[in-house]
Amino acid sequence: MALFHDKNTPMIDRYHWWEVIAIYAGIFVFLFFLLAPFIEGFLVSLKPLAELFSTPYSFWPENGSFAAYSTMWERVPGFAWYVFNSFLISTAATVIVLLLVVPAAYAFARFDFRGMGLVLGGFLAVSMFSGAVLLIPLFRLMRSLGMLNTYWAMIVPGAAFLIPSAVWLLRTYMMRIPSELNEAAWTDGASQFYIFRRVVLPIASPGIVVVAMVTFIGAYSQQFIFALTFNSKTEYMPLPIGLYAFFGKQDVVWNELMAAAFVGIAPAMIIIFFLQRYLVGGLTAGALK
Amino acid sequence: MTSSRSAWIFAWALLAPAILYVLVIVAWPLVETFRLSFTDASLRKVTNYVGTANYEKIFNETFFGVILRTFTWTFFSVALKMIIGTFGAVLLNAAVPGRYLFRILTMPPWIVPMAIGIFMWGWMYNGQFGMISGLLQRFGLTDGPVAFLAYGETAYWATIVTDVWIGVPMVTIYFLAAIQSIPKDLYEAAWADGASRWTRFRRITLPLMLPAMITMSMLSLIATFNSFDIIWILTQGGPSGSTTTMIIDTYHTAIGSKKYGEGAARAVVICIFLSLFCLAYFRVTRRLQTIGGKE
Repeated sequence: MALFHDKNTPMIDRYHWWEVIAIYAGIFVFLFFLLAPFIEGFLVSLKPLAELFSTPYSFWPENGSFAAYSTMWERVPGFAWYVFNSFLISTAATVIVLLLVVPAAYAFARFDFRGMGLVLGGFLAVSMFSGAVLLIPLFRLMRSLGMLNTYWAMIVPGAAFLIPSAVWLLRTYMMRIPSELNEAAWTDGASQFYIFRRVVLPIASPGIVVVAMVTFIGAYSQQFIFALTFNSKTEYMPLPIGLYAFFGKQDVVWNELMAAAFVGIAPAMIIIFFLQRYLVGGLTAGALK
Repeated sequence: MTSSRSAWIFAWALLAPAILYVLVIVAWPLVETFRLSFTDASLRKVTNYVGTANYEKIFNETFFGVILRTFTWTFFSVALKMIIGTFGAVLLNAAVPGRYLFRILTMPPWIVPMAIGIFMWGWMYNGQFGMISGLLQRFGLTDGPVAFLAYGETAYWATIVTDVWIGVPMVTIYFLAAIQSIPKDLYEAAWADGASRWTRFRRITLPLMLPAMITMSMLSLIATFNSFDIIWILTQGGPSGSTTTMIIDTYHTAIGSKKYGEGAARAVVICIFLSLFCLAYFRVTRRLQTIGGKE
């Protein structure tokens, strides 16, 4: 029995009906594991607090409403600020990373002078250490630079740990640009900088977009520890720390916390949804060289 | 053109800003951690060198327990990521309708800010009202509510499951790409010879994705060893230290108790382990490349 197949489906890709069922069952289990927290989180955001704190457990909301999505703004009036802060911190970190990484990746891709292999290895080794390990000197560094309790304390260290993967990804991309282009421009009398600026950068721009996105996602996702340790000012708090505002003296306001979580990730999700085609291609290209 | 002196200057000029940044934000703190580990640095203005006193102080039974726990925690997490990632990649590679949608649906745990996913797990683990305990009771698998984060054993596994959940999407997508780069004619030849789907998986897919598996498990090992957010948000290392890994332990000492010197000594021990992993990683990937080159 050939399911979902027409005459063009290669024989090797044809499944028995029980194989199709097994595949879909497997995919269902796999995706359920990955998506259950979001499904549950969304349903929690719809439940009134009284229903949430009642036993026995009910999966589906009985009298669900979107009330939490409006009351959350009253309980934590600064919430929009937290989302804005998250965006600001991630964007600034991404800009710093790009300014440093685009020239560096080009150098790694195009030139091979003595010592550069060592430097590349050094960059990759950076990704082995997390901010958590280096927290003590970083804390003292931020303090002596006067950056504690400012946006910079969350931007500057975060950017450093995003550099290695960005270098690797963009170097891989730039290595695919034929070097004949460089040589042709060079014989035409163009300067090194002109070649970089006018020949290579325009061709590499799709790769730069991917690197920017991956870096932004990383920055948006990983700002927790620096925000927890280096900043105590409410007005600079990013989203992950801001969510603690829903932790009351007695109880956590879970339905509003979940609503806030979905509001907080929505802007980033919308951007990613529109650009996901580039993203998947870029991530796998970087991974496999 | 690359041999000229101006090209040399240009190349290093391009690299200089990135090198400088990493030196200041990563390399210098690394050296500084090492220096501080021999001092009694704290919030006080005066800092004295105390020799190896910090190391003598930390190397006791509790610390060895923390090291051992870090290794078992990391091991279980990485192993589960590899197994589930392989399972997912093979399924998502199957030529069934909807596979492109399924691939996108794999990504959210990876892309959503870590802290948010962890908060959601925090609710799921809630004993009285959470989903997991609720469903277990509904199906009669447990007698009463299970507060996963309140007991050492369950908290240990709960933090591992959340770590696996965050790590699986990346592993899956990476393995999927590895599977897709295997030449199709290998499968066709085996198929023509009458090899079953299982045989093709075992004799073609598995051996050919082994390099990707080794690379990924090493990268995953390093990332998992550094894991902080998950344990911090869910348990802060508790209850009674049952989820305290080396990173959490260092954080408690350094930031919680403000014992910078002692915290630095603990961080140095982490750095030594990480450097070993890092060396192993470089050796293994080089080895894999030379094997690949011979083919």
